[in-house]
Amino acid sequence: MTQANQPLSPHLQIYRPQITSVLSILHRLTGVALGVGALLLAWWVIAAAAGAQPFAGAQAFLASWLGRLILLGFSFALFYHLLNGIRHLFWDMGKGFEIGTTRASGWAVVVLSLGFTLLAWLLGYVLRGGP
Amino acid sequence: MSLRSSLGQIRGLGSARSGTHHWWHQRLTALALIPLSVWFIAAVVGLTGAEHARVAGWLGSSVTATLMILLMAATFYHLKLGLQVVIEDYVHAEWLKLTAVIVVTFACLVLGLATVLAVLSLWLGG
Repeated sequence: MTQANQPLSPHLQIYRPQITSVLSILHRLTGVALGVGALLLAWWVIAAAAGAQPFAGAQAFLASWLGRLILLGFSFALFYHLLNGIRHLFWDMGKGFEIGTTRASGWAVVVLSLGFTLLAWLLGYVLRGGP
Repeated sequence: MSLRSSLGQIRGLGSARSGTHHWWHQRLTALALIPLSVWFIAAVVGLTGAEHARVAGWLGSSVTATLMILLMAATFYHLKLGLQVVIEDYVHAEWLKLTAVIVVTFACLVLGLATVLAVLSLWLGG
């Protein structure tokens, strides 16, 4: 590569992080994280089909502190990627590109994904009848 | 040393192996995954702490099994498409890029198929 020193855009390292750029990379990161979550989901479903004993093993891991931490990350990643994905679909239709709108929709995604995560866990603990 | 710009060198060579097919399928699966994941989250929250018999019974019911198979198909296809883009963006060594995309493709296919078969066995054999 003889042109290695030629400046190529974008120079990410000189940009101040903004809500739009941070949420953009977070969409990718949560997407990759959800790939790990899909492994967990596949394990859970296959364990359920394999019988009571393998399923109890999967449930025991998911109920441990490490399992719950992973599930917490999984649930937030899912809500975030789902909501931000809807934001992306609106952009694909050419809607919501105004700077004020992208910032507002970005913050809405952050607040809603945190809120839905909290709500899902509260509901889960209520249905379970305590921690 | 070439005096032509990077853009000039690739112009006219055609699309990079595909047209809008990849992009469009990513959007189609995204659209399908909106209702499917909302349904799944609600169902799984309702199953918090459930024992095996209840989960197996739930997975084996015809409505759940059908929705679950659709969810798994859309999820693993969407995952394959998404991870492929991430790999193509960040892995620049051609052999490693190709290897990673092949591994991701096969892994998503195998995991998706295994999960669908597990659901089918609970539905039809349970």
